[in-house]
Amino acid sequence: MNSMVNLLIGLAMGLNLIALASSRLPALITAMAVQGMALGAMPLLLEHHFDWMVSLVAVCTIAGKGFVIPYLLRRAMRAANIERDMEPTIGYVPSLLLGAGGTIAVVAMARALPLLPEHAGSLMVPGALASVLTGFVLLIGRTKAISQVCGYLILENGIYLFGLLLIHVTPLFVEAGILLDLTVGVFVIGIIVDRIQRAFDTLDTRKLTTLHE
Amino acid sequence: MIVIVETIARLAGWLLLAPLLPGIINKVKAWVAGRRGPPVLQLYYDLGRLWQRGVVLSSLASPGFIAGPAVAWVAIVGAALLLPLGPAGALLSFRGDALLVIYLLALARFGTAWAAMETGSAFEGMGTAREVSYAVLAEAAIITAMLTLSVHAQSITLVEMLTPASGVGAVLLGAGLFTVLLVENCRVPFDDPNTHLELTMIHEAMILDHSGPPLAAILHGASVKLLLFVVLLTESVVPLGHFSGPVACAVLALGVLTVTVGVGLVESLLARLAFRRVPLLLTTAILLCLFALLVAWKGGAA
Repeated sequence: MNSMVNLLIGLAMGLNLIALASSRLPALITAMAVQGMALGAMPLLLEHHFDWMVSLVAVCTIAGKGFVIPYLLRRAMRAANIERDMEPTIGYVPSLLLGAGGTIAVVAMARALPLLPEHAGSLMVPGALASVLTGFVLLIGRTKAISQVCGYLILENGIYLFGLLLIHVTPLFVEAGILLDLTVGVFVIGIIVDRIQRAFDTLDTRKLTTLHE
Repeated sequence: MIVIVETIARLAGWLLLAPLLPGIINKVKAWVAGRRGPPVLQLYYDLGRLWQRGVVLSSLASPGFIAGPAVAWVAIVGAALLLPLGPAGALLSFRGDALLVIYLLALARFGTAWAAMETGSAFEGMGTAREVSYAVLAEAAIITAMLTLSVHAQSITLVEMLTPASGVGAVLLGAGLFTVLLVENCRVPFDDPNTHLELTMIHEAMILDHSGPPLAAILHGASVKLLLFVVLLTESVVPLGHFSGPVACAVLALGVLTVTVGVGLVESLLARLAFRRVPLLLTTAILLCLFALLVAWKGGAA
């Protein structure tokens, strides 16, 4: 069971790097969606006995992060008529190196953290921290609004993975609430992106810092 | 006496089998495109024809123009002889021979680059600059791959190093080494071996001014280098030690054939990358090898 969990987290780490290296928005959205689905299936693997609440949240997570949110983002992308993020503040090779360096550092560092014995052998903590770092790099280093939303969602994937450590203590209602907020948030962003596009003729967030008549 | 016979047999195997690989790759490409394609033995005919031709020498060129290809050819064949062949082991094995293989490959590249600069032609200089700047990243990747193998096997002797790990580490290392194979041998996502447009070619631009036997040596050396990387990739991913002698040989041959067909398929299905995208792919190759190293290190510690 543990090796299956580690394999999924390894996949999520790989997807982090793909997200950092891809210049095309569809590839970025796909990487984010596949990562959301891989992590969404984790509660099913972690629970030893069947629980309808856990299954419901897992199914909702997979549907929300794998299908609904990517669909909304793709629609916003088509509406705004942009395909790629061409002028990142942090280039693709440096952001890839940052992500990889961060991943290696957290894998090495996780050993020094005072973890519970049952979490010591698992990649959950390094995976969570790596996703959070990737999300930060994407948020800082990309200029288009949709890429930044993807960065935010990858950041949320990391926080979700971190929350899974406490799956036996915290009710999954919390995650369900976050998921609901997230869907609404992305829905709103989808509309805002369209408005920004109409008002400014661009989705470049650097232009949003200047005043406009 | 036996040593001499074995040396000659190995040398003959490497030298005679190597030109087959480009033929197989071209056949696969032709098959995917629905053409009949050149015969599999085309490179043998080319080498035979080039060997009979005379050499055109620039009045500017020093003896290095001839010596460069010769040095490169000898270095590549030397590196190939150091590589163990499955159950047969290596001809010569000592502590640290993995490093010698890396250095011999670098020496071969230096030889070709040196000979390319001899005529003072602008195109050769351009091709050399590109080849060497890609090599900086490709060599980092192959050194990381060698480091992964040696950390896994706790040894720096090639015979012991090429007992691969299983699972995720092998997949990562295989993907990294395959990318290195493509860039080191100037295959498609990095360079197109069939292009003859001077502005876009890399390896071909370096050898534009060579003719006759030196060109034959360069082409033959390139095919031996391709076979060397294919064998290295196969042996670092497939655990040959688990099979008995003849079966291991068959598995090795099958692995080499699979990788060669894989290269052909990649060439047929992928377009060439733009120059500015190449460093990204090479960085990915380094990272794949680096993560394989991480897996080997963590696995060894646990």
